[in-house]
Amino acid sequence: MLELTDICKAFEKNTVNEKVALDQVSLSLNSGEFVTLVGSNGAGKSTLLNAIAGVYLPDCGRIMLDGREITHLSEHQRATWIGRVFQNPLTGTAPQMTVEENLVMAWKRGQRRRLRKAIRSQERSFFSEQLATLGLGLEDRLTTKVGLLSGGQRQALTLLMATLRKPQLLLLDEHIASLDPRTADIVMDLTCRIVNEQQLTAIMVTHNLEQALDAGTRTVMMHEGRIVLDIQGPERKRMNVMDLMNLFEKNSGANLNSDRVLLAARA
Amino acid sequence: MLYVLAGTLEQGLLFALMVLGVYLTFRVLDYADLTVDGSFTMGGAIAAVIIFSGGNPWLATLAAICGGLLAGTITGLLHTVFKITPLLSGILTMTGLYSVNLRILGRANVPLLRADTVITRFNSWLPTDSIYGASLLGLIIVVLAVVALYLFLKTEVGLVLQATGDNEQMIRAQGVNTNHMKLLGLALSNGMVACSGALVAQNQQFADAGMGIGMIVAGLASVIIGEAIFGKRTLLQHIIAVVCGSVVYRAVLALVLRLGLAPTDFKLLTALIVVVALASPQVKGWLGKGKNNRKGETLDA
Ligand SMILES: Nc1ncnc2c1ncn2[C@@H]1O[C@H](COP(=O)(O)OP(=O)(O)OP(=O)(O)O)[C@@H](O)[C@H]1O
Ligand SMILES: [Mg+2]
Repeated sequence: MLELTDICKAFEKNTVNEKVALDQVSLSLNSGEFVTLVGSNGAGKSTLLNAIAGVYLPDCGRIMLDGREITHLSEHQRATWIGRVFQNPLTGTAPQMTVEENLVMAWKRGQRRRLRKAIRSQERSFFSEQLATLGLGLEDRLTTKVGLLSGGQRQALTLLMATLRKPQLLLLDEHIASLDPRTADIVMDLTCRIVNEQQLTAIMVTHNLEQALDAGTRTVMMHEGRIVLDIQGPERKRMNVMDLMNLFEKNSGANLNSDRVLLAARA
Repeated sequence: MLYVLAGTLEQGLLFALMVLGVYLTFRVLDYADLTVDGSFTMGGAIAAVIIFSGGNPWLATLAAICGGLLAGTITGLLHTVFKITPLLSGILTMTGLYSVNLRILGRANVPLLRADTVITRFNSWLPTDSIYGASLLGLIIVVLAVVALYLFLKTEVGLVLQATGDNEQMIRAQGVNTNHMKLLGLALSNGMVACSGALVAQNQQFADAGMGIGMIVAGLASVIIGEAIFGKRTLLQHIIAVVCGSVVYRAVLALVLRLGLAPTDFKLLTALIVVVALASPQVKGWLGKGKNNRKGETLDA
């Protein structure tokens, strides 16, 4: 489904501040695989997701999605097949516009946008049906401006927008990290449910190692721009957080130097 | 007094299209487009030259709109293709247009006295002579423009245009080429501005190279006044508010003129109105009155 070959990305190239964020990363995902991606701060997780989404083009390497080469396509072209949820709940929605307007723009992702009335009664009932599945009462707030919703509500809405029209690939970059624990649980449950129901292929970045092992079907660890660990199947099932940390240290020769990871491990 | 009222209404309505154009870029698209001074004059110049040489005034106005569409497109290309900042892209087009407009005019001033304009044509359709002829024509055009703009902004394309100004990152992730949307918005905006310039030139019966100077600030003042008085809760309310703002702004100018201010001081007054409007949230903050004072609110807030 997704095939990354030798992806490299350096920031501020040819300056003293040059920073290699991705160092020949190769990764191959089968259809329906749900990868949880973990790693220390600055490991290159966000850069990897952004390179897949086309926010910036990689310096070298090749990206194939469902048999199509997308290496050189721009961000908006790739959006036809890729749904995204961002770490910041403010990023994924248009605050001055209403819930239904946001939804209809997402519903038209990858479709031709025409000069006709965007929202009619049939769209409206479809959207309120879909919103009801979130269980947050948003189905009664179709005409509320999104800026008035809470962070959790906005993030759930972004998740719905990313999956309203089934994407071939769903990219989640620490999408629950900035929510309070209770809301984070709700949005995490929603994520797992939607991914299961729609049989989505997905990559989720997280700093919570327990979550990385609980959710999804495969766990990938990054360190300094490289993939240092890739586990799935029975091997992954047997693993607990301590095993994961030990394995990481063995493979990368470093501590998992992330405050957030340690906190998550203790919690 | 009646003449003053008619004059104010007339000015307010004929300039309202320009204000709608400023609203579309500054508010909807969140793009500080300074092309306006140039595209307004361009609209007036194109219409005046065609009418002066005996052309059909309706077609002349249409040609002016096309000129505005082109001017906006150039600003948009400077920004989207060459990555020039919004502010500078508009200034560059505006500056270039000054020379272009002089070329179009062919002289400093093209008079349209006793010429066949859309206003004289419209007046000839009215049963009686009226001092409100130009206002009525302006009203009809503005109502059409408001309805068209509102309906357009509610279409599938219109929504993503709004979203481009609201959250560019979000709408790109939804598969929209935001460069196209900016080009579209800038073209439409300057098309409206040029149409306004064409109507104003025909109403004042001349066009000159300086008729657009300070237009952008006048447009902003109208937008801000309209929002402050008539509110901006819904899209339709917001659009109608800025049109009304245009009329109120012209009324304020007429009033201070009566109070003895020289017309040459208008631009200073207009700049002051905008400064006061933009500064008031800050000042309220300093006075400790603004409870939910949004710190640092600026034009693009
Ligand atoms: N736009 C940029 N300009 C310069 N350097 C950048 C940029 N984006 C990321 N980097 C650098 O690239 C490296 C990888 O960053 P990235 O954001 O991918 O890390 P991450 O794994 O997502 O980390 P975190 O867990 O903190 O989110 C870091 O060293 C970062 O400083
Ligand atoms: Mg990150």
